[in-house]
Amino acid sequence: MRKGPIIITAAVALFFVISWIIKSGGAPEGSSSYDAIAEGFWLTFAAFLTLAILSFLYKDNPFYKFAEHLYVGVSAAYWMSLGFWTTLVANLFPRISMTLSEWFQVEFISYQYHFWVPPILGVLLLMRLSPKGGWLSRWALAFIVGTTAGLNLPRFLRSDFIEQISSTMLPILVNWQGFGDFFTNFSLSASGQFVSIVSNFLVVLGVLCGIIYFFFSKEHKGAFGAASRFGIWVLMVTFGASFGYTVMGRISLLVGRLTFLLDDWLGIISG
Amino acid sequence: MKIKIIALMAMLLLLASVGWGQEEAAIDSTVQEVIPPGPPLNLKAFDKPYDNGHAIDLTWDLSVDDGAGRNNIIEYRLMRADSPEGPFVERKKLEMGKTEAEDKGVKEPDDPNYFPREHDFYYKVVAVTADAEAESEVVGPVRGIGQWYNAGKNPVAVAVVLFTVFTIYFIFKAKKGAELYIRPLAGIDAVDEAIGRATEMGKPILYVLGLGTAADIATIASFTILSRVAQKVAEYQTSLIVPCYDPIVMTIAQETVKASYYSAGRPDAYNQDSVFFVTNQQFAYVGGVNGIMLRDRPATNFYLGKFYAESLIMAETGAVAGSIQIAGTDEVTQIPFFVVACDYTLIGEELYAASAYLGREPVLLGTLKAQDYAKALVIICCIIGFIAASFGWTWFVEQFHVGN
Repeated sequence: MRKGPIIITAAVALFFVISWIIKSGGAPEGSSSYDAIAEGFWLTFAAFLTLAILSFLYKDNPFYKFAEHLYVGVSAAYWMSLGFWTTLVANLFPRISMTLSEWFQVEFISYQYHFWVPPILGVLLLMRLSPKGGWLSRWALAFIVGTTAGLNLPRFLRSDFIEQISSTMLPILVNWQGFGDFFTNFSLSASGQFVSIVSNFLVVLGVLCGIIYFFFSKEHKGAFGAASRFGIWVLMVTFGASFGYTVMGRISLLVGRLTFLLDDWLGIISG
Repeated sequence: MKIKIIALMAMLLLLASVGWGQEEAAIDSTVQEVIPPGPPLNLKAFDKPYDNGHAIDLTWDLSVDDGAGRNNIIEYRLMRADSPEGPFVERKKLEMGKTEAEDKGVKEPDDPNYFPREHDFYYKVVAVTADAEAESEVVGPVRGIGQWYNAGKNPVAVAVVLFTVFTIYFIFKAKKGAELYIRPLAGIDAVDEAIGRATEMGKPILYVLGLGTAADIATIASFTILSRVAQKVAEYQTSLIVPCYDPIVMTIAQETVKASYYSAGRPDAYNQDSVFFVTNQQFAYVGGVNGIMLRDRPATNFYLGKFYAESLIMAETGAVAGSIQIAGTDEVTQIPFFVVACDYTLIGEELYAASAYLGREPVLLGTLKAQDYAKALVIICCIIGFIAASFGWTWFVEQFHVGN
């Protein structure tokens, strides 16, 4: 084995131990020595995992691999456990079996026989593990996909179709009292008449051109192509604004992690 | 002795005067009479229209002291009872200035907020000030009655019928062999090119279905594209990696890839382990997929489906790994990240179009055509609505208002 990785691993281990010892000494008064040691360990471990994940920015390395595998493994196990206790134990058993409710010490609600449908579908899904009965799992999959698609159709037609049309039906002339009034009270304020008129016009034009861009049955040429190009410009401007907004949110997440490292762990900035 | 008596008398007099003063003050305090506010007027209660029968709507006129008069109303309290005599139970607190309320409950009898259907209720509204209350007259009986049909959703029903008619018509047309034109999309044309590149480089193809469930439209569209990609991969004998976030999505993806290998005549090449479950936790999944990208260095990455905050992390890692990247999602907030970090991006509905374009199945082509006609209808309605709203013709605009 090469010396480099050994030295780096040893240095990281040493740094970890030193941090653990230092952080164990800074436990709040009144806590036992065991609590202080545990607190110091978990704080150091959290800092180590944060740095291990961030080390990915340099390149793939054993510390990142360790953090990645730990994270994936723990989360998979956690969600499986959570699914069992919140779905089966908390919701299903109290409605299908008094014995199972007592066994898991949850309050039995009442026999509701339609609650047998989900476990039956679940068993059908598991049939794919059987070489001969694998086809049965398709029934459960068909049920899941079919029911949700059916339920979503009116929901999407309402939110993405009818309400979008309704929201686009905007008047071009907002509070129109004639040209004299318009020029007398001309203002560039966000709530002013001029901005409202321009805003409504852009909304309608943007929506119509945006829809034209997503028209797949006709080639985008001539006037149709020009409208389509304007539509994609509107989309790109929207995406740009959305991008900037989200990046700001991500920066705040980074600040949170740096605060943890510099304040909670190293204590070099005030909280 | 005389002095002592005089002093005692003086003290008694002093005490008496203090006591009388206190009594007078007490009498004064009772003199400040508490004046109740004006009660809410014209209270009306009626069955909530187009619901399942577990709600009552109420309207009333404001108290004369709400926003006017002494202007001292703090809130209103909605009270309900089973008989006009009571006892009345408070159902809701409402801010001053409110003139309507909905008393809504649930249908489960064991729930504390149970609202029985077809049961007589009596209501009153209490106007509350800092130190007094005034009750409206009691109204009732009123009962919640369920309706079979929600006329408030008529616009949705019309849209469903129209869209279904369009879809069925075009599916039949496609099945009869009619040539349904779909304009070329750069992202779709790049799919074959990207698979070819992976084959030439001898590197795998990574296909990420996103975080959606098997019921999400974007995931369903992605399955169709996966089918096409897997078929090409089987033909070219390239390897395919499909890490999954959802166990059910994984199951369908395995079926899809398996069917594609069979249809390509290479069932022997199908490896079930190429489609695998990672984890059901967003960023742990990202960590896992990023690890795959850095270790296996796939030549091509497909991100097609439903994506959230992980989109940029994955796309950026893929770019660092030097892969050709084709992305597509209907999640509007994530499209910008794919646009900046990927070589080709299918924006929103282009993802559905891609599945139809690649699949060339009559059902998908027919649906896509129906969508296009629905869009044409939307454009027409928007233009008419725009004109109608500008000239104050409210009737047309109101036809698109959907009730609850």
